[in-house]
Amino acid sequence: MLLAVLLPFIIAIFIPFLSKWKDKFHTGFAATAVPAIIFIYFVQFLGTGFEPVTQEYTWVPSLDMNLVFHLDGLSLLFVLLISGIGSLVAFYSIYYLHKSEQLGHFYVYFLLFMGSMLGVVLSDNVFVLYTFWEFTSLSSFLLIGFWNYKEASRYGALKSMLITVFGGLSLLGGLVFLSVITNTTSIQEMLGQQELILNHEFFPLILGFILLGAFTKSAQFPFHIWLPDAMEAPTPVSAYLHSATMVKAGIFLVARFSPMLSSSEWFFLIVSTVGIVTLCWGSYMAVRQTDLKAILAFSTISQLGMIMAMLGFGTEVAIFAAVFHILNHATFKGSLFMVAGIVDHETGTRDIRKLGGLMTFLPITATLALFGTFSMAGVPLPFLNGFYSKEFFFDASLHLEAAAGGFSGVLQTLLPYLAVFGSIFTFVYSMYFFFGTFRGQAQINELPKKPHEAPIGMLISPIILAAGVIIIGLFPDLINKPFIEHAASAVGGTVIAEKIYFWHGIIPPFIMSIAVLVFGTILYLTRTKWAPVYKAVPGKLSLNKFYDGLVDRTERYSAVITNGYMNGSLGRYVRLIIAAIIIVTFSVMAITDGFSISYDNLSEVTIPELLIAALMIISAVGASVSNKRMAAILSLGVVGYGLAMLFVIYRAPDLALTQFIIETVTVALFMLVFRHLPDLKTRKEPVTAEITNLVIAGGFGLLLIMTAISAHSNKLFDSISSYFVDNAYKLGGGDNIVNVILVDFRGMDTLFEIAVLGIAAMAIFSLIRLGREKEE
Amino acid sequence: MELTMVILAGFLFAAGVYNLLQKQLLRIIIGTALISHGAHLFILTMGELKHGAPPILTEGIEQYTDPLPQALILTSIVISFGVTSLLLVLAYRASKLNGTDNMEQLRGNDYE
Repeated sequence: MLLAVLLPFIIAIFIPFLSKWKDKFHTGFAATAVPAIIFIYFVQFLGTGFEPVTQEYTWVPSLDMNLVFHLDGLSLLFVLLISGIGSLVAFYSIYYLHKSEQLGHFYVYFLLFMGSMLGVVLSDNVFVLYTFWEFTSLSSFLLIGFWNYKEASRYGALKSMLITVFGGLSLLGGLVFLSVITNTTSIQEMLGQQELILNHEFFPLILGFILLGAFTKSAQFPFHIWLPDAMEAPTPVSAYLHSATMVKAGIFLVARFSPMLSSSEWFFLIVSTVGIVTLCWGSYMAVRQTDLKAILAFSTISQLGMIMAMLGFGTEVAIFAAVFHILNHATFKGSLFMVAGIVDHETGTRDIRKLGGLMTFLPITATLALFGTFSMAGVPLPFLNGFYSKEFFFDASLHLEAAAGGFSGVLQTLLPYLAVFGSIFTFVYSMYFFFGTFRGQAQINELPKKPHEAPIGMLISPIILAAGVIIIGLFPDLINKPFIEHAASAVGGTVIAEKIYFWHGIIPPFIMSIAVLVFGTILYLTRTKWAPVYKAVPGKLSLNKFYDGLVDRTERYSAVITNGYMNGSLGRYVRLIIAAIIIVTFSVMAITDGFSISYDNLSEVTIPELLIAALMIISAVGASVSNKRMAAILSLGVVGYGLAMLFVIYRAPDLALTQFIIETVTVALFMLVFRHLPDLKTRKEPVTAEITNLVIAGGFGLLLIMTAISAHSNKLFDSISSYFVDNAYKLGGGDNIVNVILVDFRGMDTLFEIAVLGIAAMAIFSLIRLGREKEE
Repeated sequence: MELTMVILAGFLFAAGVYNLLQKQLLRIIIGTALISHGAHLFILTMGELKHGAPPILTEGIEQYTDPLPQALILTSIVISFGVTSLLLVLAYRASKLNGTDNMEQLRGNDYE
C-alpha cells in the first residue's frame, strides 16, 4: 500500500520531463496510467470475504509517527473512487486541456493531489492523516489557481486555502487532544478507547475541533462559500476535487471517527443540523445560479449536506444510505461536471441564459446529462442510482432512534419535512440544468462558437460514469454485498445487512418521493414567477459579503494597529521600551513584595562626597537643559570628572586614572564633532510630551534606585574577591589586584574589550573615509 | 553613604533617559554618556564602599576594597568610550548626509 500512496508522488517528479515532449505525446497519458494502475491494484480487494488489512512502515518511531495504512471497507470505497474517477478525469483532461497549456504544472498538481488524497483515506496514524490532509489543501490551492493570470482564479484559490487551512489547523488541535488523551496515534486503537474519550472533560473541544475541520473541507454551511469560487479551476479539477474526492474528505473524517463520537447526543445535533441546513441552503442557492458550474457547485454542497446529515443520524439505515450515496453522488456528479465542461468547450459559454436547445447539436452529451440530472433529482425510475439513496435518506429521516427530547426532539420531528423541502429544490435545479441547457429555443447566433458534438475521447469518461449510474440503478445488489456493506459496517461498527429494492410498496418514503416530484415540477414550471423571491433572499445577507468584509477588515485594522505604534519615530519606541521595563519591574516588585531596605553595613556619610554628588547632579541637570552645545558638553565633562573624583575617594586608583583620561578624550571628541552639528535648539515640545518624558525618566531613575537598595539589602553570599586578594601575588605575580584580574584572572574580557575598541576605530575610520570619497 | 550614591546613580540614569527621549542626536549621545556614568557608579556601589585600602598589595594591610567591581568597571569604561566615539562620528556623518540632526526627520524612506 505504501507504493500505491507514493506512486503518484514519484511519477509527479518525472512529469516535468515528460511535458517537454508534450507536442508529440500528451502528458495526460502518463497521468492517466497512474490512477488506473492503483485502481486495478485495489479492485482485487473487492469481494464478500473482504477483511481489513493493515501495513506499517517506520517514519518517525520516536514520536510514534509511522506510516500505518489501514484498508477497511470505508477506505476501500474512497480509494476506488479516488483512483477510478481519477483515471477517468485524467483521461478526460487529455481532450479538455490544449497542448498550449502548462501541462507539466497541471499534472504535477493533479498527481500530488491524488497521492495525498489516497494518503488521507488510508492513514491510520492521526498525524500522517493530518499531513496528507494539509497536502490536499495545498495541491487543491494550486489546482484552483491553475489559470493564475485570472483575477477570479487567484481569489478563489486564496479563499479556499484560507477556509480549508483554518479547518485543517483546528483538526490538528482535535487530533493532538485525542492522541494525548488516549496515549496512541493510531485511529483504530483510539476507537477502542471510546469510553475514555466520551467521558473526558475535553470531549466538547475534541468534537468541535474535528467537526470544524470536516465541515470546512466538505463545504458545509456556513463554510461552503469557498466551493462556488473554486469553480474557476479547469473543469477536470472541478469534476475530480469538487465533486468526488476532496470535498468528501470531510465526510470521510466524520465517518471514520463516528464510531468514537456518535454516541454523544451533541454529535447527532451538530452534524444533523449542519447537514440538513447545508442541504436546504445549497439546493435553494443552486436554483438561483445562471452558470452551469455554479449550479453544480451548490448542488455538490447540498448533496454533501445530505450525506453529512445521514452520518449524523447514526442509525444503521442512515449509515448505509450515506455510504451508498457517496458512491452514487461521485458517479453522477462527476459525469455532470464533465458534461458542463463539454458544453463550455463546444459552445464557448457556461451561462445557462445563453444556452438552450442543444439537444440536436450535442445528442450524446444531452443523453448523459439526462441520466445524471435525473439521478441527482431522485426521479423514481429503476435505472437511476440517485433514487435509491434518496429514498434511503427519506426512510432514515423517518426512523431515527428516539431522542431524549428538548432540541433533539424538535429536530427529529422537523427532519423529514426539511429533507423533503431540500429535495424539492434539488429537483428544480436538476430540471433547470437539463432543460435549460438542452431543450427550448436554440440561440446559435449568440454563442461564441458554433456548437457540435464533442470528440469521442472527451465523451468516454462521462459515458463510463453514466453507465455506472445505470448499472448501479439496475442491479443495486451487485455492489451491495462485496462493497457497500463492508464500507457501511466500517462506519457503523457492526455488520449492516440491507437489501436494496426498487419497489417497497406505498410506504412513507415513496410518498415523500412523489411529493418531491409533484411540488418540484410545479415549482420548476412556475420558475419565472418566483424570480423576485430568489433575488431577494439572501440579498444583503450573503455569506460572501461577510467573508470579504472579514478579510478586508482584518487587513485594514491590522494596518491601523501596526501603523498606530510603528510610526517610525525612534523616540516613541524608546518611550515604549522604557515604559514597559518600568511597568514590568514595578509590578514584579509589588506582587512579590520585593522591596526591602536595611541600614546595616553602610559606610558613613562624609561632606566631600556629598559635595561632589551635589556638583554632579547640578551638572547633569545643566547638561540636560542647556541650549548651548558648549555648555552642555562641558557640563557632561564635569559629571565625568565628578565620577573620577568619587573613584578617588572610593579607593579605585586605576579607575580614577582611566576615567580622567577617557573623559578628557571624550570631551575633546565632542568638541571636534559639535562644530559640524547644528546648535541645540530650544525645545518646542508641547507641555504634555515634556511631562511624559519627565515622568518616564523619573520613573526609570526611581526604579533603579529601588532595585539597587533592595539588592544591597539582600546580599545572600559573600564576595568571591578574597580569592583574588589572596592569590594576586601568589598566582599572578603582581601587586595591583585590579590589573592582575584584568590581564590574568579574567584576561578574556580584556582581549575582547580590545577587539571592541579596534572595531570601533575601524568603523570610525571607514565612516569618515566613505564620506570623503563620495564628496570627491 | 551607599544610599546617597545609589540616589546619585538613579538621578544620572533619569537625566540620561530624559536626554535619550529628545530629538537631537547630540542630546541622545549626551544621554548615553550619562547613563554609562550612572551604570559605573552603580556597579561600584553594589560592591562595598570604603571597606579597606586600595586594592594594591601592601605589607601589613589585611582589608582591601573589592577589586572585582573595579575590574568590571574598567572594562566597561573602555567599551562605552568606544561606543560613544563611534556614535559621535555616526551622528556627524548622519547629520552631514541628511542635512538634519533631528531624529523625527530621520525616519527612513517611504519606499521600504
